[in-house]
Amino acid sequence: MSEVRFHGRGGQGVVTTSKILANAFARTGQFGASFPMFGFERRGAPVTAFGRFSDKPVREKTQIYNPDILVVLDPSQRDSEAVFDGLLPGGMMLLNDSDITVNVSHDNLKKLGIIDANKIALEEIGLPIPNTVIVGAFAKMSGLLEIDPCCDALQDYFSDKKLSANIVCVKRGFEEVKIFDF
Amino acid sequence: MNIKAEAKAKAGSQIKVITGNAAAAIGAKLVRPDVVAAYPITPQTEIIEQISKFHANGEMDCELITVEGENSAMNAVMAASLAGGRVFTATSSWGLVFMYDAVLATAGARAPVVMVNVNRETPGIIAVSCGQQDMISTRDAGWIFLIAEDCQEVLDLVLQAYRLAEDYDIQVPVMVHYDGFYLSYLSEGVDVPFQEDVDRFLSVLNDQPERTKLVPGGKLGCGTHGILGGYLELRHKHVSAMERSKAKFEQIDKEFQEIFGRSYGGQIEEYRMDDADVVLVGSGSMCGTIKTVIDEKRDAGVKVGLLKIRMYRPFPGEAMVEALKGKKAIGVVDRSLCFGFKGGPIYTELKAFETQLDGSKMVSFIDGIANTDITTANIGQMIDATCDLAEGKDVREVTWVSYPEAQEEGGL
Repeated sequence: MSEVRFHGRGGQGVVTTSKILANAFARTGQFGASFPMFGFERRGAPVTAFGRFSDKPVREKTQIYNPDILVVLDPSQRDSEAVFDGLLPGGMMLLNDSDITVNVSHDNLKKLGIIDANKIALEEIGLPIPNTVIVGAFAKMSGLLEIDPCCDALQDYFSDKKLSANIVCVKRGFEEVKIFDF
Repeated sequence: MNIKAEAKAKAGSQIKVITGNAAAAIGAKLVRPDVVAAYPITPQTEIIEQISKFHANGEMDCELITVEGENSAMNAVMAASLAGGRVFTATSSWGLVFMYDAVLATAGARAPVVMVNVNRETPGIIAVSCGQQDMISTRDAGWIFLIAEDCQEVLDLVLQAYRLAEDYDIQVPVMVHYDGFYLSYLSEGVDVPFQEDVDRFLSVLNDQPERTKLVPGGKLGCGTHGILGGYLELRHKHVSAMERSKAKFEQIDKEFQEIFGRSYGGQIEEYRMDDADVVLVGSGSMCGTIKTVIDEKRDAGVKVGLLKIRMYRPFPGEAMVEALKGKKAIGVVDRSLCFGFKGGPIYTELKAFETQLDGSKMVSFIDGIANTDITTANIGQMIDATCDLAEGKDVREVTWVSYPEAQEEGGL
């Protein structure tokens, strides 16, 4: 089982990112479960979400304290100690940032992916909502998913032009993420 | 048994990755209600959003009353139910409290209303967070209470709730509870039944005698004043119907399995209980996590099991005694408080059966209040303490697991 913790802010699509990934895993015959933790729903407030992806049914209903993978949608949190809290050895981190400089480090971090998801989202859907770009970048960096189930999963959340534009977002995320190994 | 895997093998359904709230809304759609009246409240809002969408795009052919508050929601569905309609509503916490008088009136009228309550802390201290205190605040209202562990069970319990509420021999409103945040927003694979199977499952109700209903111009009233003997007769009938609902729920679970391939065990679910020496008793989403910790403890040679409460009102005392009899020690996990008692509500109620348990010792664990996470570490700690109790060691009667300061403050 891979345990993933998502960090972002209300409005960035943190929750949708974690949902789409759970959906994509289910489409491969595996199991995914994700949930966010926040008080009231409101834009701009910090949001944390948790995702568990496994070849067996996921039964845990707890928050994730020792993630294998971190997904940070909010660039302002890239240096936050709270983000790295509990990261397991061999850990990965996917970062949404326009700054491609590798200036994050952690003893347990073995792989870092950086993608300017806001820029791609602005170009493709006209809104700085990075979630679907992140889905594609996650698939590439983690190696846990092919791109097809990620694109297929979008059908449950978008339709028509929004669907096709977001499929492009997933593909560009997959292709354009910069990956650094430590 | 692996519920999901078995369901997957069955034809006539499809796996959808949806939240607990979406599962509740789909369940409500599948029962084809006549009237839905509801008011949004965190963390239940998504149910109402989904139902509104279903209604707007023609997937749900019901009257959707967007009331100005929860009190009106309950009064509207109670009235529609007494007129013979199938009804649905959903609420949480403050909303449940705001409809309290109507909740009582609905039970008194024996209106077979089905309501989803997404568990959240109640007014008192403002806390937009998970907790079963709202459930506890209405436990003596005369409703049947069912509690779900995961998104699949949310959907399945909504379907089963109608078979129970509207059964001619029961006619008692049913509340389906599930944890806010931890389940309401949890996205996971849910086997969504096909409409024709749900129709078949519910068709049993069509073969029963028609329940008494209000008709325009008819000489039948409801909500009348009753005292002394008449009052006692109605209350005794109500209490008797709730007792009957225990066996009825078991029967419904079996019929559900025949059609949908999923069985949960009825009033309680037993997990690795057969040879268990010590048992945790729990309810709701915590049970999934407890199962994973039990598997780890079992690998380490600890004989521990879980008794999951699925039906909380009526209290499944007999089924629990049967399952717990002879166990060395029992730890009851409550996600709520029982003001006036030291231990949690479920612990306090199970204590009433202590003399029938052949010497099992019991302790109370309070955890998960106001969103505090019932972690695997917390559960491990509870199992260890219950094992200590089994071995005759001195264990506190009540432990606030996520609030160790309680020990320093004394009293408990």
